[in-house]
Formats: sequence, structure tokens, C-alpha cells
Amino acid sequence: MISTSTPRSNETERYYNYAYLDEQTKRMIRRAILKALAIPGYQVPFGSREMPVPYGWGTGGIQLTAAIIGPDDVYKCIDQGADDTTNAVSIRQFFAKVADVATTEDTAEATIIQTRHRIPEQTLKAGQVLVFQVPQPEPLRGLEARETETRAMHAYEEYGLQYVSLYENVSAYGRIAATAGYPVMVEERYLMSPSPIPKFDNPKMDDNEAILLFGAGREKRIYAVPPHTQVRSLDFEDYPFEVQTWEESCALCGADDAYLDEVVLDDVGTKMFVCSDSHHCGQRRAEGHVGPMAGHQLAQGEAEAAL
Amino acid sequence: MSLGIDLTQIESGFSDPVFGSQSVFRAVMDAVARPGTIADLGFAPEPPEGLGRAAGAVALTLFDFETPVWLDPSVDQARAQAWLRFHCGCPITADPQQAAFAVICAPESAPALGAFNIGDAKYPDRSTTLIIEVVALTGGAAITLRGPGIKGETGVSPVGLPADFWHQFAENGAQFQFGVDVLLVAGDRLMALPRSTRVQIEGV
Repeated sequence: MISTSTPRSNETERYYNYAYLDEQTKRMIRRAILKALAIPGYQVPFGSREMPVPYGWGTGGIQLTAAIIGPDDVYKCIDQGADDTTNAVSIRQFFAKVADVATTEDTAEATIIQTRHRIPEQTLKAGQVLVFQVPQPEPLRGLEARETETRAMHAYEEYGLQYVSLYENVSAYGRIAATAGYPVMVEERYLMSPSPIPKFDNPKMDDNEAILLFGAGREKRIYAVPPHTQVRSLDFEDYPFEVQTWEESCALCGADDAYLDEVVLDDVGTKMFVCSDSHHCGQRRAEGHVGPMAGHQLAQGEAEAAL
Repeated sequence: MSLGIDLTQIESGFSDPVFGSQSVFRAVMDAVARPGTIADLGFAPEPPEGLGRAAGAVALTLFDFETPVWLDPSVDQARAQAWLRFHCGCPITADPQQAAFAVICAPESAPALGAFNIGDAKYPDRSTTLIIEVVALTGGAAITLRGPGIKGETGVSPVGLPADFWHQFAENGAQFQFGVDVLLVAGDRLMALPRSTRVQIEGV
């Protein structure tokens, strides 16, 4: 359901520019977005501004959203897949206030979806923009601390170090152990960090219909993946890329193909697995799908809230 | 200091700069993300004679003091420069290598794509974006495009480009990550050809 923002506080007395950023900053970010789309996977430096939240709270994503959003947009914001977490709620309220936009929790209704660490379960479509909040845009940073070096590595496509790192994983653990922020190759040219999304979500970036924009506020980088772009998760022929799987299904909606969070319920080790994508889970329950704990008192309130 | 600009003679910019530039940017962003698709910028204000509406809309949306602009000598320099300087505050440069943007209104006589800045190995985003005014975006010889933003392949058929433009563009793409990015404009309409787009010329 779309909720329109009221009151339209920004309309009559405007103490700041529309969408918070000044127009020159928006132009600078917009130029960076266009170059990022023209060179998929390449990190464009930009003049990141101070935002009214600290670095690390999504300032890169917020600046991207502020540069592209208009009054006709419908805005959704998720944090680890959930619409109802503190960070998501406050950022959604921020844009409802400063950009007069309608907001929604419905993935299909949204034109701009800002996300921290997940890609929604529902397949995105043309006309949607997915804005990622990125803490560390440089996939090679853990291997090489110097920006001058990593920039040269990207410039000359020197990605051997990354493969050595994956190989060391295989030799130490018998598999590639990275589970989030799993590095991808864009159009077989630029190594890119997908932001710390679970590797479960990596395949969704390949040949996606939506525009994917990535913003790192503290690190001052913007990068992008246009629609229908090849995004390949790194692997070896004998150790192919695999996503996480669960033996459990979602305790509330019974989904066995969604990304699940493990929730500890008490101090004797009882736990449940539940969809990380709150809208996806709520929608499935509304459709009548029932998980093993659907009648549980903890789930009862959830189900009522969804209806 | 007099710049010799008569403010009464300067055409208007966006009636609402905030929402006007936002609308234009989203259309341009979608066009760059989906090369070969056509955006209609007919809602933008009328720029000075010699510039098309879509070209003017891009200028008002993206140009400012940080972006040196190469302006085609074929347009009325005094009027176009006065308009750009008044609304965008952008420096005008005669050196294609210095240009962040180039506005090309006579593609036949303009410098080749390779004359503009193709960026740096470490900073390929510092290349020139060319805004090229053509006769029409459809109706010409068919060209097949592939690459990021294109599902499979797509056909375009702009009219009014120099005969060797597509060869220049293919060379531009072959040197990826270097390269200029192109926005083709025809009156109100705009189509993007980023450097990542690969071109296949029919019958060649």
C-alpha cells in the first residue's frame, strides 16, 4: 500500500532545498551516476557531503536517492531486507519529509528502492532503481590497503591477488568461505563489490531489469550496474560459485527459496528461521502460505499486522 | 567589468530549476542505462537558436562551473555562450581535451571522437561527454547495438551523422575503459551511446 506523505511540510515553508541536497551537489552526483553507468562496475569518485546521519548509516545511498528522486517517485527503504527496522524507517521518513514522495513497503510499487545489504526477493522490473548503501566500495581493500595501488589494479585489470585470496580460502576451508560482499566481475572487466549483500543475492544482479546504483558516502565513491549487464560471481572451474541453502523453511510463511535469518527465541537455544525480506514474507502469508510456526504466539502478531 | 551580455536578450531556463532538472536527469539516466532507447525532453524550455531543446535541457541539468564546455563553432557563439554562462556558469573552452562536455551542432565539421578527452586509465570517468545534434534519431540506416543496458541487441537508425561516425564509435568502444560517451539529440529527443555500447554495422 502506498502512503502519501502528509503534511507536505516542504511545500509552503521550505527551509532547505528539495530532497535536502543543494542543486550543485545534485548536478555533481548526477554527472557521476552517468559516468558510472557508462563504465559498469568502475568506482567514480564524488564529493560526498555531510548528511544529517553519520557516515556508516547509509549516507552514500541517501545522496544517490536525493540526486535522482522526484515528487512522482514511490520510495521504499529496506535494511537487511526489512522495511520496519530503525534505519529503514528513519530514512524513509526523511525522504517523505524532504522530497514529498509517497512511500511504500511493496517492492512492486516502488520506483526507487534504497537498500542496505539485501536485494528484494521479488524480481525487479524495468523502471525501478535499486540504490545500495555501501560501506566499503573497494573489493580489493582487504588485500591491499593503498587506494593508489587498488586503483592501478583496476586500471590494468590486475586481479590475480583476488583469485589468490579465493584459492587460499579453498586450501584453508575446502571451499570459498566468503558469504557476504562476495566479489563479482562486471562485463568481464571491472571487479566490483556488491556491497555486503549475502552471496545468495549475487545471481540477481546478472541480467537484472532494474538500474543498480551503489553509493559509498564515507569512501566517496559511486558505481553502477545498468540493466541487462553481465555480473559474474568469481569462482574456479572445480569450485563453482554456490549460494547458501537452508534445511529449514521460513517459520512464518514456509518459503524454502528465500534468504532466511536465524532468530534466537530464548536463552535455552530455541530458534526460528524467518524470511529476511519482510515484505516478501508478509505477502506470502497474506496469500495463505503457512510456515511451521505460523500459529506461534510470536507469529500471531506478525500475521495480524500483515493483514 | 562588462561581459557585453544583454540580459533582456537571454532565453529563459527552467521555469522551476529543481524539478525541471530532476525530470531531465531521470530521462537522461534511463537513456544512458538503456542505450538506444529514446527520451522525449519536449517539456524543457526553448534554448537559443542553434541549440536543440534536448541539448539545452542537458546543458541546464548537468553543466556548471566545474565542467568546461566545448561549444561547436557553428552555433551563434555570442548568444549560446551568453545563455550557457548565465544559466550554467560553465567555462567555455576551445580545447577539446579540456572539455567535460562538448556540444556539437554540425557533426560533419566537428573534430573526431578521438580528439576529445578519453579519460585516464585510473580515472576513465574524466572523459568528455559529447552531445551531438543530428537531423533525426530514426529513419536512417539500421545499426545494431549490443552491450550493457541492452537485452540481446537493439536497432537504431539516426540520420545526420558523418559517414565514418560508427567506425569512430566502434574504435572508441574498442579502447574501453577509455572512451568518450555520446548523447545523440535531435530537437526534443535524446538517445545515449555510452562507450560500453558495442556496434555492429549492417552490411559491413
